[in-house]
Amino acid sequence: MKRIRIFIAFSLLACISLSMNSVRGENATLNPLLTALKQVGPEGEGNAEAAVAWKALTKHGGEAIVPILEAMSGTGPLTRNWMRSAAEAIFARETQSESAVDAVALIEFFNDREHDMKARDLAYDLLNRADTDEAASLIPAMLDDPSPVLRRLAVAQLIAQGESELKDGKIDASLATLNNALSAARDIKQIDEIAKLLRKDLEQTIDLPKHFGFLSHWHLIAPFDNTERKGFDTAYPPEKEINFETAYDGKGSKKVKWQEYATADDYGMVDFNTPFSPLKEVIGYAYTEYNSEEARDVEIRLGCKNAWKIWLNGELVFGRDEYHRGARIDQYILPVKLKKGKNTLLVKACQNEQEQTWTVEWQFQLRLCDSTGTAILATDRKPTPKPEVKTRRRGAEKESEEKAKE
Amino acid sequence: MRGIKNFNIASLVVFAFVFSVSSAKADWLNFRGPQGSGYAENIANTPAELGEAQVAWKAPLPGRGLGSAIIVGEKVFVTAASGPDQNQLHILCFNAGDGAPMWERRFWATGRTMTNNKTCVAAPTPASDGERIYALYSSNDLICVDLNGNLKWMRGLTLDYPNASNSLGMASSLIISENTLIAQIENDSESFAAGFDLTDGTNKWKMDRPKAANWTSPTLLKIGDQEVVALQSSKGILGLLPATGSSVFNYEKGAATIPSGAAAGDKLYTPSNGLTAISATTDGSAPVELWNESAQRPGTASPIVIGENVYTINGAGVLSCADRQTGERLWRSRLTGPFSASPVAGANGLIYVVSETGVVQVIDPSSAEDKKVTSEYELSETILGTPSLSDGAIYVRSDKHLWKLGK
Repeated sequence: MKRIRIFIAFSLLACISLSMNSVRGENATLNPLLTALKQVGPEGEGNAEAAVAWKALTKHGGEAIVPILEAMSGTGPLTRNWMRSAAEAIFARETQSESAVDAVALIEFFNDREHDMKARDLAYDLLNRADTDEAASLIPAMLDDPSPVLRRLAVAQLIAQGESELKDGKIDASLATLNNALSAARDIKQIDEIAKLLRKDLEQTIDLPKHFGFLSHWHLIAPFDNTERKGFDTAYPPEKEINFETAYDGKGSKKVKWQEYATADDYGMVDFNTPFSPLKEVIGYAYTEYNSEEARDVEIRLGCKNAWKIWLNGELVFGRDEYHRGARIDQYILPVKLKKGKNTLLVKACQNEQEQTWTVEWQFQLRLCDSTGTAILATDRKPTPKPEVKTRRRGAEKESEEKAKE
Repeated sequence: MRGIKNFNIASLVVFAFVFSVSSAKADWLNFRGPQGSGYAENIANTPAELGEAQVAWKAPLPGRGLGSAIIVGEKVFVTAASGPDQNQLHILCFNAGDGAPMWERRFWATGRTMTNNKTCVAAPTPASDGERIYALYSSNDLICVDLNGNLKWMRGLTLDYPNASNSLGMASSLIISENTLIAQIENDSESFAAGFDLTDGTNKWKMDRPKAANWTSPTLLKIGDQEVVALQSSKGILGLLPATGSSVFNYEKGAATIPSGAAAGDKLYTPSNGLTAISATTDGSAPVELWNESAQRPGTASPIVIGENVYTINGAGVLSCADRQTGERLWRSRLTGPFSASPVAGANGLIYVVSETGVVQVIDPSSAEDKKVTSEYELSETILGTPSLSDGAIYVRSDKHLWKLGK
């Protein structure tokens, strides 16, 4: 077997004989260095001290890797990167010099799901670099891993297995495997891939909006004026009150009122152009309520190619004045805190003056999930609307021709 | 004997000095090399012929990228981004001699990694001052390491300035002047340019820029003894003192947001209403417009100035050569396009261009008009990145590989 396995046995012996004093001594040396890395802040704050600490840290041997990973807990993205690159620098040097890596400690760290997600991702990556077979053996157990990166690996295996079963005509087995994969999947491309297989090849009904946690039921009001893009910073009535009964002055003094809207789109797309017809230089608002089982942290995840603002419970969360540069699911991730019970969400979607064909869209998609991408559903979530059955003219003509032949 | 010893020591000192100077001169430190303009008069013996025999080495890359390689001494540096969302950022160092990987540093992106499919997160070219490498990504992560990969500082510019991003992707490259690292973080929303301290990454200056997407890169003008950084945008060209960000000139007739200008001394050949030549000063007066040629509008590729001529490649892949004093077109030649990469040239005046389809082309401007392309070599991969040069060699990168062509 490979070097890492041999080292596991030696490591176990070494662990037993290792004195607690030396561990304490090691930590005493590492802690001030790790503390310096934790001090980095906005606009370059703490960089100079961190660089000195980083260099000292990377002089340590492989025994420093796990303490570095442990230190990532509760840190910000910059500190994690300082620590990651230190751990990897040590790892690269140790493996180049044929020093064995403490696989036992890495696996132990990896197996504790309470550790920082990114740190566990890195632990797995290092294991994978040290011994691909050993790392691969861990994949099946990652199906419910809190880390989306690790979970993706396990789901990929299930997708491959489900496809293989499908190809071999093992329909029941394939259905079970792919349903299992869908339950576990958080990666959007994987979810798409599984849904296609289940729907097309296995004729299953999949409620994708519910799986993703998209909000499908809204009230919409539009149009308000956005001439010269000035509407982005103009507080129209919906930013001051939500009253479904009142008619307000919209663009061109046209009276506008809230109207109910539900989207059957698999990806929760709320399309202002549907009820209001394609318009330019306008503002629309979407409002919904969300009942939360408990007060908790969630992420509002938005996709929108128009300028937008979002308010949660009347508080502005974020706004962005970029138009038509592209959109995708989870384009913007906004960490927020929900109250227990009713929460209100207001989205402002701004359409600009551009006339190109790729600037027609006036829409957004929004879901609530946790930091792993797992949907957090409202306690009073309404059923996903059924898509309208569209009868295509050519199809109808063909059907009547078939009937005539009969 | 003593005299010989003295002579030898003196010779060694002279040799060491010459060697160090020539070694430094051969470096390619940023996007489009000296002055960020594509032409390096101090880089010699770049290959006239390209083919299998000229492939010195080909190294695999772990992720996508279209930023150029930079060369410092015997090391070649390139960035890449990998993972399903391109949120793994890489800085890679290769041995220039044999292409062996020397070290790699990886980071998690801290800003948005969404880009148009054609471009990618590792779009900007890194820069070097000869001691450190400064790497910028579309996610607005700005990372400094020394030549041995020791991390010196990091900035997450989207953490500091949350609306500074472009959903199509950012691509402007870095440039260094007067101990200041200059970046254009320009977009429709929180648009700015900044000068960063080379040693710790703190802001030396930061200024608001036009709220409009912009993928151009800064170029350096040399006005007398003063270096002036030219920031191009849809509004025009702003000339700044690199160390302070103080404005010294402003050309307000607009300019392109994809191809950048080419500097030659105090003259700038800028993609503005076609191609416009301007002459700038540091006294605050408006730049003098020397000429404008609407027919010489560059496509995606930036222009290049070599000697007395300025060259542009239009959107149809036609190379135009014009007299840089007058703007008069001297000749045209159709190349194998299309092009995202910009042309580069060394001391021998041969121009290197690489098409999106991976055809590296050598253009000899002195050849007969119908035989300007003197050598072609197909890399058989999509190439969007601008080539880099060092003495005797040309470096080209794709999403998958880094090639050294030459010796």
